[in-house]
Amino acid sequence: MSGAGLDPRTAPKFQVAARALVGDSQMRKNVRHATKVIQTKRARVVAEMPDWEELREAGKEIRQHTMRHLDFYLEQFERNCTAAGGHVHWARNAEEARQIVVGLVKASGADGKSPSEVIKIKSMTTEEIQLNKALEAAGIHAHETDLAELIIQLGHDQPSHIVVPALHKNRAQIREIFQREMHLPGSDFSNLGGTPQDLADAARRFLREKFLRVKTAVSGANFLVAETGGVCIVESEGNGRMCLTLPETLISVAGIDKVVPRFQDLEVMLQLLPRSATGERMNPYNSIWTGVDKTAAGDGPRTFHVVLMDNARTEILADKEARQTLHCIRCGACLNSCPVYQQTGGHAYGSVYAGPIGAILTPQLMEMHHAQSLPYASSLCGACYEVCPVKINIPEVLIHLRNRVVKQQSAGLNLLVNPEVMALKAVAMVFRSEGVFRASQKLGRLAELPLSRKDGQGVGWIEWMPGMLGGWSQVRDLRVMPKQTFRQWFEQREKARAKKAASDGN
Amino acid sequence: MRVSLFITCYNDTLFPETGKAVVKVLERLGHTVDFPAGQTCCGQMHWNTGYQEEALPLLPRFLKQFKDSEVIVSPSTSCVAMMKDHYPIMAERMKDPKITAEVAAILPKVWEFSQFLTQKLGLEDVGAYYPHRVTYHASCHGLRSMKLGDGPQRLLRAVRGIDLVEIENLEQCCGFGGTFAIKNAEVSSAMLAEKVRGVLNTRAEVVTGCDNSCLMHIGGALHRQRTGVRPVHLAEILAGEE
Repeated sequence: MSGAGLDPRTAPKFQVAARALVGDSQMRKNVRHATKVIQTKRARVVAEMPDWEELREAGKEIRQHTMRHLDFYLEQFERNCTAAGGHVHWARNAEEARQIVVGLVKASGADGKSPSEVIKIKSMTTEEIQLNKALEAAGIHAHETDLAELIIQLGHDQPSHIVVPALHKNRAQIREIFQREMHLPGSDFSNLGGTPQDLADAARRFLREKFLRVKTAVSGANFLVAETGGVCIVESEGNGRMCLTLPETLISVAGIDKVVPRFQDLEVMLQLLPRSATGERMNPYNSIWTGVDKTAAGDGPRTFHVVLMDNARTEILADKEARQTLHCIRCGACLNSCPVYQQTGGHAYGSVYAGPIGAILTPQLMEMHHAQSLPYASSLCGACYEVCPVKINIPEVLIHLRNRVVKQQSAGLNLLVNPEVMALKAVAMVFRSEGVFRASQKLGRLAELPLSRKDGQGVGWIEWMPGMLGGWSQVRDLRVMPKQTFRQWFEQREKARAKKAASDGN
Repeated sequence: MRVSLFITCYNDTLFPETGKAVVKVLERLGHTVDFPAGQTCCGQMHWNTGYQEEALPLLPRFLKQFKDSEVIVSPSTSCVAMMKDHYPIMAERMKDPKITAEVAAILPKVWEFSQFLTQKLGLEDVGAYYPHRVTYHASCHGLRSMKLGDGPQRLLRAVRGIDLVEIENLEQCCGFGGTFAIKNAEVSSAMLAEKVRGVLNTRAEVVTGCDNSCLMHIGGALHRQRTGVRPVHLAEILAGEE
């Protein structure tokens, strides 16, 4: 992966990307190990909650209610945040959001000079809009301060998980990246040890210098509280707390879906999120801030901005079947539980949003113009729905989005060039008539004849299939159709019985 | 009880032995079995692949075929899950109140085979004999949509002569997922490889379950690798006699 950014508009189809990644055994081992560890931790802290199902239901209802009245709560947030001394900006799309942030960063320097650096808290929303690239183009370097994001940035890599972005790397690989890429006057990282302590120490030394020097910070948001105008961020490392308190200017970018109505709603969300995300009862750092401290004696940024970004979210809201996608609180539990994600890791999804939630969110953020292979990146096993803390029925949304893709593929002349569409439409006609179904069963038996080979027991098996069915026969055989269908057997039996009854009666 | 059998399209075509076994078990328990002849497919493949308009006509067809049934039993967890989860949505989409009402009336009468035995009839021992080492695969639809729980295992434990061994990662998908196995063959194969490893680790002779589509998938790899382990539907085990 290059540092060009995961862009669904240019990413290969899921099955193409996955084909290559499935061959990367080290990556798969890392992903398997990490997802297993998080899943086990999650299961433990969820099992200890007697009211977990009620909490999930409450979470779902809060999100549903908020989405139903999103306009109201966003305006309430704007009012209350502004009253508390914050500045609220509205961005219709990624481009507007980037322009706003770059403009705000430029204006944040002392004596009207643009700063050349910012510090950043891990934020998938800023990854979504590829903010770092835009900042770089404006001559501003963004230092990622989250440990995983730092690993990604130094390794010129891409995030593969929304909560644990460097999940696909193991400790030895991280050590190697740090040794090669960490440069700090007065510090030598080339002889770095390989224990977790060594790596954390190195990151701390490397980052602390930035925390103390850089005066402008960019963050995302976990929640926006409409009632108070407050922004909430939860994290594990304390780097976030540093970014939220030390700089003079703080710019928080949030999707409009991040709002919750009341402060009290955090009671539900802050129970659901950490347990689902990292298997912790509570996040080590929970920061909620409202406005700025006007007194010189107080701590915290003097200037505080919130950029509220739509970027296709209102389009998603307009789709009755799919709008529950916006309920997501980005815990990543669906990624960890997904047997597909476990095999491929996150990069196959070609988007910062990987796994089941990525499979439904990304194509919708692209307004279905890109990433149409993602709704098919699932066996619909339902493990994601089972763990979702706000009960998003991901399999249902996947099926709905598949329908939207099929409609695109069958529109106009597309139909004629797509063998799958032709085949499925033909089979649908078969099922509409018992007679045609029976005839097709016979026909199928003839069609498979040339492919069939008998095994030692005289049973026919198919070991190779043509065209799009070839994927099956790479590792699987298929038994040929039996000579008699069930319905033929049943009818024969009924006839024999009727005959016997008739002769018994005589 | 008069049981109407919804065999499903692929069991009819590819796995007639399963249907025969269902008939045998139900008749052994004293029930009569009928087979509405005009039945074809539940619509799952089309619906789940995104061809929802194509799936819709199969709903009124099903309703017509089974309108006089006392209970409807089907030996496929994914087809029954399709009906329970999606027929109400399909009915709503068809904007015909008669269909909506008929769906609401018929769904409580639809049972997956093992569920019919354990929940409707309250049985565990159905008088079967099967002297083999067996492991059970819990299909995702049975596990998560139908919430079958340990019903199938309770039926298996009551089988005389059986040596039932639990598979590791019981709740993990085998990677079939209908057209997923074709569209994302490599990922599906990687998932399948893990499931096959789990089956082989049990040293079972037979892998069973309530859905022949998963069993066809797992069985396809077991045959390719010449393991000698056979996929056998639960109904065929329960039909076993001394």
